[in-house]
Amino acid sequence: MSVIYVLLTISVTVAIFFFIAFIISVRSGQYDDSYTPSVRMLFEDELVKNEGSSKKKGSEINPTK
Amino acid sequence: MDKVSCYHCGDPCGNTKIVFDSKTFCCNGCKTVYEIFSDHDLSYYYDLQQAAGSSPAEIEGKYDFLDTPAIAEKLIEFQDGQMAIINLYIPTIHCSSCIWVLENLNKLNPQVLNSQVNFPKKTIRITYNRNYLTLKDLVILLSRIGYEPYLSLEDLGKPTKAKDRSLIYKLGVAGFAFGNVMFLSFPEYFDIKEAQAADFWLTEYKTFFRWLMFAFALPVVFYAGQDYLKSAYKGLRARMLNIDVPIALGIIALFTRSTADILFDFGPGFFDSLTGLIFFLLLGKFFQQKTYSFLSFERDYKSYFPIAVTKLLPGGAEENAQVYHIKKGDRLLIRNQELIPVDGILISPKTYIDYSFVTGESAPVPKKSGDKIFAGGKQIAGAIEMDVLKPVSQSYLTQLWSNAAFHNRHSSGFRTLTDRIGKQFTLVVLSIATVSTLFWLLTEPSMALNVFTAVLIIACPCALALAAPFTLGNLLRIFGNRKFYLKDTEAIEQLAKVDTAIFDKTGTLTKSNKEQVTYEGIVLSEEEKSLLVNTLRASNHPLSRSLYTILADHDIITLDEYEEIQGKGLSAKADNQQIKIGSASFVGKNQDEDLGKTVVHISTNETYKGCFVFRNEYREGMPELFRKLSEQMDVAVLSGDNEGEKLRLQTLLPKLTPLFFNQKPEEKLEFVKSLQDQGKKVMMVGDGLNDAGALAQSEIGIALSENVNVFSPACDGILDATKFKELDSYIEASQKAMRIIKWSFVFSFVYNVAGLYFAVTGQLEPVIAAILMPLSSISVVGFTTAATNYVGRRLK
Repeated sequence: MSVIYVLLTISVTVAIFFFIAFIISVRSGQYDDSYTPSVRMLFEDELVKNEGSSKKKGSEINPTK
Repeated sequence: MDKVSCYHCGDPCGNTKIVFDSKTFCCNGCKTVYEIFSDHDLSYYYDLQQAAGSSPAEIEGKYDFLDTPAIAEKLIEFQDGQMAIINLYIPTIHCSSCIWVLENLNKLNPQVLNSQVNFPKKTIRITYNRNYLTLKDLVILLSRIGYEPYLSLEDLGKPTKAKDRSLIYKLGVAGFAFGNVMFLSFPEYFDIKEAQAADFWLTEYKTFFRWLMFAFALPVVFYAGQDYLKSAYKGLRARMLNIDVPIALGIIALFTRSTADILFDFGPGFFDSLTGLIFFLLLGKFFQQKTYSFLSFERDYKSYFPIAVTKLLPGGAEENAQVYHIKKGDRLLIRNQELIPVDGILISPKTYIDYSFVTGESAPVPKKSGDKIFAGGKQIAGAIEMDVLKPVSQSYLTQLWSNAAFHNRHSSGFRTLTDRIGKQFTLVVLSIATVSTLFWLLTEPSMALNVFTAVLIIACPCALALAAPFTLGNLLRIFGNRKFYLKDTEAIEQLAKVDTAIFDKTGTLTKSNKEQVTYEGIVLSEEEKSLLVNTLRASNHPLSRSLYTILADHDIITLDEYEEIQGKGLSAKADNQQIKIGSASFVGKNQDEDLGKTVVHISTNETYKGCFVFRNEYREGMPELFRKLSEQMDVAVLSGDNEGEKLRLQTLLPKLTPLFFNQKPEEKLEFVKSLQDQGKKVMMVGDGLNDAGALAQSEIGIALSENVNVFSPACDGILDATKFKELDSYIEASQKAMRIIKWSFVFSFVYNVAGLYFAVTGQLEPVIAAILMPLSSISVVGFTTAATNYVGRRLK
């Protein structure tokens, strides 16, 4: 069998694989909300920093209570 | 007054400033939210966005009905023995702080297992442990931090709509196939016949490549393109030549000709053009489909009415009943600020009901025991009891929705510009195809079929069909950025054609919450002013409340005597000063000339001093807008209110502007209808439920809203109140957009004529079609986008 058949089969299979991935991602609702995740993504880093500082604050306040 | 703004919500702190933790707050509610947040390590909320909060509303007793399992069950999306999932609509969501705090709800209450915000829709999906946290407590928790969910009758029994994602799938299929077909047809673009020896291996696999393209084209034609085929078939059956007819003809011609070509080895076929065509067309459709998911254009009274009310049982016990289950003869308890859901008879001695949203009357209406009260009004004086006369579906207000205007929307009869052009276009294309086929049949019969299909292929109005979606879709987005939200692109076409504009008064021309108060008469001394303010302070009458908030601050003094006489006014005494506030006859003024005006008279020590006149405050730029609009169309005002403001409106508006008062909701609808019978294209601008009929009947109904997140009746567009004065420029922009579309039609005709030359002379090579079709589409898309952006930039 000629190599062109092999190559085409591979390329079309890869293309179909990505196509199926696209369909699955649409079906799971990933494109329903295209805004919130972009904001949510930015929270994590700050949150860790915030937790650290507020814990420190918490321990300062607690003894006085 | 100092301009300190609230640390939590950013509103200016008025005379009731609260200082806590060295920060200022405008009210106790905001302070409490701050306390809750800082106690739970959530003060990062204020770092994300300054003054992001909204002050919580009073909610005492409001959500008791959520304890009724039957009601709660209908709201909850899913529940099992342990947890429950609910989707709540929270209109106050507006920034990243909101997302952050709402997604950290479990810090406030560990029983909240998960919460996820959908920002564009302003909804939150909460999973919680239902054994330890009831729905009522959850809603109260949200309300306490200023995120009160909006629950309405609409939420009950509403089937959760499955999302329609088919267009994205179709676009995906078409795009996928288009890319692969382009790739596979690439070898065909080189003239293989000329250099057969060198490219031998390509010719050897030619048929394999071509059948592979055929396989890719199949789902594109029969899945992605099915809407065009169906629409054309429907159009033909209804004896209408819409734009989809030539498109479907083109698709069929492309597909059969290409299949025949590869079957009989005539050539490579036009699969690249075919898949490209459908991909571009779907892209246009996708672009047109700009939706504002946080807005709803289909609301009726259901989304305005509450879910449940408090029913009083004969024994005196209270019970929460679904609004739908209320029967004639039931006794209801309506709390302060609650909506009256049904028609009934007032049992309590007196109350004030705010009907501004329902009838357009600007002043609260006093009602006494035994009076009939209608559904839709907001009760604003303590708690009242009432007896039900009619169930919800038969009440005075909801009857409006049984009118035909709500069932067959006008859009069904409307034909878009593209469709109208499409008709002539189809006729021209078909005649060219026939003539040229006849010509070739006589000269060289073997070429006839080739020419016939070639004409249909090249004349396929891809660019024509793309002009409107891209122009209008882009303008829709531009309008959206300027707070003018239209339902669909058709609304722009309708807007461009409007020749009559009708405005509601209360809430549309006037600001909904602000009243202008002017004092006429003898100037009051400081002492008298102080007495006045303190007397007003003690009263619960709506006019007293609004007057009190407007007047300046005074020290609180103790009144020696205070009396409130129902329907007349107030009288009070302090430091030998006596004051009377109320109606003309009550304060001792004889003549009663202020009919139809809202006036509060004042007398001190039995001498008449003067009166406060309440006036509606008109929106900025209103006279200007009317002047501009009246130059190009008929303008009229249609109000449900009394004639009190007639003279003032006449001075503000252009001369001879027709003003109609005391209009009932049905009368407004009939008015619009009668204009339409005269062939007018009517734009209705309104805000309340009383305009709902007219909004539905008119060619384009625009709801004006001071807060686009709260309820507005069914309409074709929602305009933010701050942009009210720009309405004329929006109409102008849509007219310009229609002109842009017409220009791009000219463009696409030029391309078509060029293509037809190749087709008619029988020299249409696939490569020409493959170049011409995307070229025309892309240039038209480029032109329309640039032109609408230019128009958009000229908008303020």
